[in-house]
Formats: sequence, structure tokens, C-alpha cells
Amino acid sequence: MAMAAAMRREGKRLAPLISSQPINNTLRSSLTSPLDQTSIGGARSISTQIVRNRMKSVKNIQKITKAMKMVAASKLRAVQTRAENSRGLWQPFTALLGDAASVDVKKNVVVTVSSDKGLCGGINSTSVKISRVLSKLNSGPDKETKYVILGEKAKAQLIRDSKKDIALSLTELQKNPLNYTQVSVLADDILKNVEYDALRIVFNKFHSVVQFIPTVSTVLSPEIVEREAEAGGKLGELDSYEIEGGETKSEVLQNLSEFQFSCVMFNAVLENACSEQGARMSAMDSSSRNAGDMLDRLTLTYNRTRQASITTELIEIISGASALTG
Amino acid sequence: MFRRATSTFLSRAAATRRFSTDVATPAADSAFVEAWKKVSPNLDPPKTPFEFLKPRPPVPTTLPTKLTVNFVLPYSSQLAAKEVDMVIVPATTGQMGVLPGHVPTIAELKPGVLSVHEGNDTTKYFVSSGFVFIHANSVADIIAVEAVPVDQIDASLVQKGLQEFTQKLNSASTDLEKAEAQIGVDVHSALNSALTG
Repeated sequence: MAMAAAMRREGKRLAPLISSQPINNTLRSSLTSPLDQTSIGGARSISTQIVRNRMKSVKNIQKITKAMKMVAASKLRAVQTRAENSRGLWQPFTALLGDAASVDVKKNVVVTVSSDKGLCGGINSTSVKISRVLSKLNSGPDKETKYVILGEKAKAQLIRDSKKDIALSLTELQKNPLNYTQVSVLADDILKNVEYDALRIVFNKFHSVVQFIPTVSTVLSPEIVEREAEAGGKLGELDSYEIEGGETKSEVLQNLSEFQFSCVMFNAVLENACSEQGARMSAMDSSSRNAGDMLDRLTLTYNRTRQASITTELIEIISGASALTG
Repeated sequence: MFRRATSTFLSRAAATRRFSTDVATPAADSAFVEAWKKVSPNLDPPKTPFEFLKPRPPVPTTLPTKLTVNFVLPYSSQLAAKEVDMVIVPATTGQMGVLPGHVPTIAELKPGVLSVHEGNDTTKYFVSSGFVFIHANSVADIIAVEAVPVDQIDASLVQKGLQEFTQKLNSASTDLEKAEAQIGVDVHSALNSALTG
């Protein structure tokens, strides 16, 4: 305000060159810290130091997010081939046993696959939302749903309101590269410790680098498989299959169900890892783009501030000189 | 007069217009989708594996000439929809030969040799264990945990392993150790017979 009044008092010829009102407003809106009226230089102007600090930190953020994007891209390439190779693994089971997502059972277990690290977009929230709705779908008298959580992020979200329903939670899956042995030991652990009639595995299927499809795979316990086979419908043809090996049919069905669970888990964990890297890539990409935009805006502000302070100095010098001579 | 003309024009347009998004999707589990929509109408239901399944050939009326084999491992699909004449799988009840038109079967596998016969070529793999499903449409799905072509097995390592596990079996004390040692002996003797026979 004082600056505007001073300039109006002095040369009217300088007025068209600078307009201080907009500068005040933009600076007040873009900088959160209080304006420094006296800079280090001693001139009465808004300091460029603050803007410069902000520019430096935004530039660093941009560099970091760009680096994270490249790391995620390279990790994605590595996991993607393995995930695509493992896609053949669950197809025979679904071809044989069909898909029983709408099966009605007493003991449901929802296995939520999520990531340990953050900054990967919304995929973990989507998985948690779907797990919650699945648990609501299967609620009712006599029915219960338990959660088995893989990964830190889903644990943090589900522990807030469903703490008593969490049967088992496992983290740090990706410390060593994922392999089938690790997943089958995991599957064995889950099967031993949790009572289940139907296991529903919630994960994000990797469709492309920008698209991840939330999917739920259902694995039934051998007793339910027999029940559904007798009831007819999708599993009705199961009885037409001869069972070779093992002593009894139920023993083979038990092995089959456990094998199916470990295969489906392996595929689910790999697909989720792919989706995590893909989502992180796109999140970091939009973040570095935002940082670039912010840097452009800050550069403009910085230049305006710098030019305004130079102009103020000039005015003071000139008015001082004219005061001496005139 | 004009009102009737516009209504007929609209109805004809609506009837004939087809949207490009009306792609034929495989029948999703409609009961599941409906139950989902009732509970949570704002969230899209998740997809189920059935929608991603590659379509399978229907049950043919006459006996097919070739067997379609899908041989999958956790880390790769060794054979995907390959047409062959016969496969011999190492089921727990013994070597089982599968020809086109085989009765639908679910068989558990034990460690042994899987051989695929195509014309005059035979490819042999040593599989660790797994399952084989034979469907009515002459499609055989073989799912194994590990498989190696037989010519890549090192005979000396097999002998060493067999001796090691036989020793462990003799000195095993707990049931768990006995079971583990027994598994090792079984696999190595199967490997041995695969190399010789």
C-alpha cells in the first residue's frame, strides 16, 4: 500500500510500467509465511529469498519423483513377465470348478492382498473397500467373515474398524523376490490357522500400465465343493469326473482345494505387485508434472518480485536525485 | 401429425442404434453382481476369474482325433493348447495314458516322467507333482509345481541325493523328519528310474 502511494506521488510516467497491487495479492496467496518487509539487501521490498527456497524444494521433489518413477518402471518390467507367465496357472481350476463368487457359506475368509509401501495411487484403498463390501455381503445370522491381510497398507486401514475380525496379517512379502515356494508356505499357514468354508482373495489384476482391475477369486473348501456338486449348477458336472489316486475322493478333493489355493494366491500376489508398480509409476509421473507446473508458477512470481524490487530501488534513487537537484 | 412422426422416428432410432460398448462379455456371475449392487450401489463390483478365462472348446459329438494339452507351471506355460496324439502322466496309481476321448478324470500326480507324444516325436519331462484334469472335450490340463526336461538331469547329483536321503530316513527320529526324508527318497528314486528307464 505504501509503495503504491509513493509511486503515485512520484513520476506518473513510471506508473504504467509497474502495478504493485497484483503483486501483493499473488504473493499473499502463494506464500504461506508472513511477508518479509525488510530483505537482507536492506531495500524495502518483499524478499526473494522465500520464493527461492520454495523453488529449490519443489525442484528437489521433482527430481525425487522422477527417479521413483524410473525405479518403479524397471521393477514393473521385471515382475510383469513373471505375472503373465503365471496366468496359465489358475485357468485349469476355473475351467474345472467354475466360479463360485455368489456361493452362500457360513465361514467366509477374505484374503486382502495389498502393498507394504505407499505412494502407489488408490489401489490399496480399492482393495480395502471391496473387502469391506464382501464382508457386508456375507453377513447375516450364523455367518461370519474373517480377514487375512497381506501387506501393511491394508492392515493399517482395516485395523481401525475391523480389528476383531482380523485372523492373520502378514507383511514384508516382497523382501525377497516372490516365488512359488514362499507363497505355498504362506498358503499352508493360512489354511492351517484359519477355519474356512470359502476363501475370497481380493487383489488388483494387472491389465495394463494405466489400468488395474479389482478382482475377487473364490476357493471353496472340499466339503463345500461336494455340497455344491450335489446341488447341481456350475459344479454339477464334477461328479461325472473319475477320481484317480488317493484313497478316497475327499482326500483328492482336499489336495485339489489346497493346490488351487496356493496357485491362485501365487497369481494374485504377482498381479498385485505388478499393479502396485504400475500405479506408483503413474502417481509419480503426475507428481513430477505437478511439481514442474508449480516450479513454472514460482519462477514467474520470483521474476516479478525481483523486477519490482529493482524498480523500487530505481525510483528511490531517482527521486532522491531529483530531490537534491530540484 | 408432427408429434406422431417424431415419436416413430425416435423409437426406430432407439431400436436400431447399437452402442460400441455393447461388446459380448462372458456371462458374469449375475447373482453376485446383483447382491453386490444391493449392498453397495456406488462401488463397481470386482471382476471374477471366470470373466478372464479363455474360452474352452465345447464337448464334441464325435470322437476328436487330437488331444489338446495345456501344461502349466507356476513360472511359465510350457504347452498352451497344443494338439498332440497322446500323453502319459505319472499318476499316483501308476503311469496313465491319455488319448483323445478319454473319460473325464481328475488325477493327482506323483514325481515321475511325463511324456508327450506327437506323431513320431516324444518329449519327456520330469514333473515333481501336481494335478491333471481331463475334460469331456478332450482337453487335458496338467498343472505341476516343477518340471524339467529329462535330458537336463544330472545323474551323479541324483545318486548323491538318493544316498543322502536314504541315510536321513534311517537316522530320522520324529515323524516329520521321517516324512521329509521319505519324500526325498521317493523323488530321487523316481529321478533315477526316469534317467534309466
